Amino acid sequence: MREADLVVVGGGPAGLCAAISAASSGANVLVIERNKKLGGQLVKQTHMFFGSEKQYASTRGIDITDILLNELKKYNNQVEIMTDTTVVGMFEDGVITALHKEDKYFKIKPKATVIATGAFEKSLAFPNNDLPGIYGAGAVQTLMNVYGVKPGDKVLMVGAGNIGLIVSYQLMQAGVEVVAILDAASKIGGYLVHASKIRRMGVPILTSHTVKEAIGKDCVEKVIVCKVDDKFKQIEGSEIEFDVDVMCVSVGLTPLNELLAMRGCEMKYIPQLSGSVPVRDENYETTVENVFAAGDATGVEEASAAMVEGYLAGICASAKIGYKPDNFEERKQDYVKQLSDLRSGPVGQHILSGIEQIVVK
Amino acid sequence: MFEKTGIPSKEMVMEKFPTIDRINQGPVVVVECYKEIPCNPCQTACKFDAIYIGEDINSIPKVKNENCSGCAICLSKCPGLAIMVIDGSKSDETVQIRIPYELLPLPKEGDVVKGLSREGEHITNVKILKVLNPKSFDRTPVITFEVDRNYMYDIRNIKMEVQS
Amino acid sequence: MRIEEHPILDFKRGKKIKFTFNGQEAEGYEGETIAAALHAAGVKVLGKSLFLHRPRGFYCAIGNCSSCLMVVDGVPNVKTCVTDLQEGMEVETQVGKGVII
Repeated sequence: MREADLVVVGGGPAGLCAAISAASSGANVLVIERNKKLGGQLVKQTHMFFGSEKQYASTRGIDITDILLNELKKYNNQVEIMTDTTVVGMFEDGVITALHKEDKYFKIKPKATVIATGAFEKSLAFPNNDLPGIYGAGAVQTLMNVYGVKPGDKVLMVGAGNIGLIVSYQLMQAGVEVVAILDAASKIGGYLVHASKIRRMGVPILTSHTVKEAIGKDCVEKVIVCKVDDKFKQIEGSEIEFDVDVMCVSVGLTPLNELLAMRGCEMKYIPQLSGSVPVRDENYETTVENVFAAGDATGVEEASAAMVEGYLAGICASAKIGYKPDNFEERKQDYVKQLSDLRSGPVGQHILSGIEQIVVK
Repeated sequence: MFEKTGIPSKEMVMEKFPTIDRINQGPVVVVECYKEIPCNPCQTACKFDAIYIGEDINSIPKVKNENCSGCAICLSKCPGLAIMVIDGSKSDETVQIRIPYELLPLPKEGDVVKGLSREGEHITNVKILKVLNPKSFDRTPVITFEVDRNYMYDIRNIKMEVQS
Repeated sequence: MRIEEHPILDFKRGKKIKFTFNGQEAEGYEGETIAAALHAAGVKVLGKSLFLHRPRGFYCAIGNCSSCLMVVDGVPNVKTCVTDLQEGMEVETQVGKGVII
């Protein structure tokens, strides 16, 4: 069986930052990533990030991966990275099992683990929602920004949260027409600067609207949209038809929590955090000793928060297993302050009301 | 309505504009950030202390018009592309406006292109004066165009359909 | 439907790769996934559902939702949204569960 001080599951923004801060504290780290490339969803974020300098604000997400990987390189001797490797089991005795590529199965028993598995896109229920051409907004982002392939010619975006607004803008940058953005909520959920940016390009944002039905034989050809009342009930006679070959569904993400649940961490369903998330302490340690979590797996937020959570969980996990840097308290307080700064606005209030319910002192 | 449509009202827009006297003195920023979000690169980018957010990065940026040189560095730094520069010192009939523009094709100097409102409606045509895209702007070019003063408070975007 | 020019990104495509889709010759680039290459070639239907045989395309493109399963070189249930295209691959629409060989 292999051994390591710390295993980080997931090589996205949270996982990479956890690996950096744990390695800088002196721990040996193994990062396990199921994809062939590191960076998680950063690799398709062509827009500039919000936040402040410490969270790489104003830098494009696609460039943040390189910044983090360069930082990680400083600790070459302590860090091992395994891509194309999926953790398939986490057991009571602390053993983790993983599958490298299709055929190499191995076991490892680390002193501590940081689970940073991220989140995945939710779907929406309506007739014919399984037609090809109806894609997650993030999927379309991957297709066009990673592989340079247009999803189609005309897109209807469902969801006016940050992802819906950002992906709409990125579709226009790729030369694809966005016919409208709709959202069942009565208000735009994403940052209004994003909304204004896409609105002044002539794309209507239809709040209090939902999808009634998609129509098409082999692929989506038409989408029928209608208004909803304040109880989200569809209003008869308010239908609008859109002839589109793509519909993007951007109705939020939900934490990828399977490994946490499998390991026996106490989980709680918290709507504000978009799903079932681990109960944890302020160091991001779950109810299972030496199993930490960070990023969207602990509740869906912006990537800036995921990175800071990663740094915090990484430094706390390494301290817990005996690698406590001299400036531990100072660094920890800095991460805690960064998180509280990111969450102190109106959007953050919602997140904080969720976090309150899972943090045990 | 703003939160339903993404279109700020005339009053909201006017609040962000400096006085006409200040506009006529020379270039100055208009920071159209209406809602608190955790973000402060505009403050970090400004060398003249003309944009202030302060300790709480969720605060709405405040502009000190007297400090602003109209250098437009903040335009390509704002992740929301919410900042423009307006300059009324060059002519009595027109103003010069600078906006960040991240689409292809980029306009060229001398092009006449469609001028769009905050709703994306074609309200007038504008003449492109300058297109800046240095490496330091990190792929967010800044376009300078000239527009009739009658549209100075309404225009916010351009669309490339060149009419020569 | 490939993006040729982009204001932010510069797509450095790998070498051209030939593969077959349901027996028909098709082309893609090294470094892209099977689903991306098929989409670029205009193929959106990747399989048929288990019971009602409804058309299936990808949904999440990150290997999570299993909506993109196809038969690749005779092996069923390959997640084509995260599997790299390779020279000479035989890619087929999957109907139902597929047959394990």
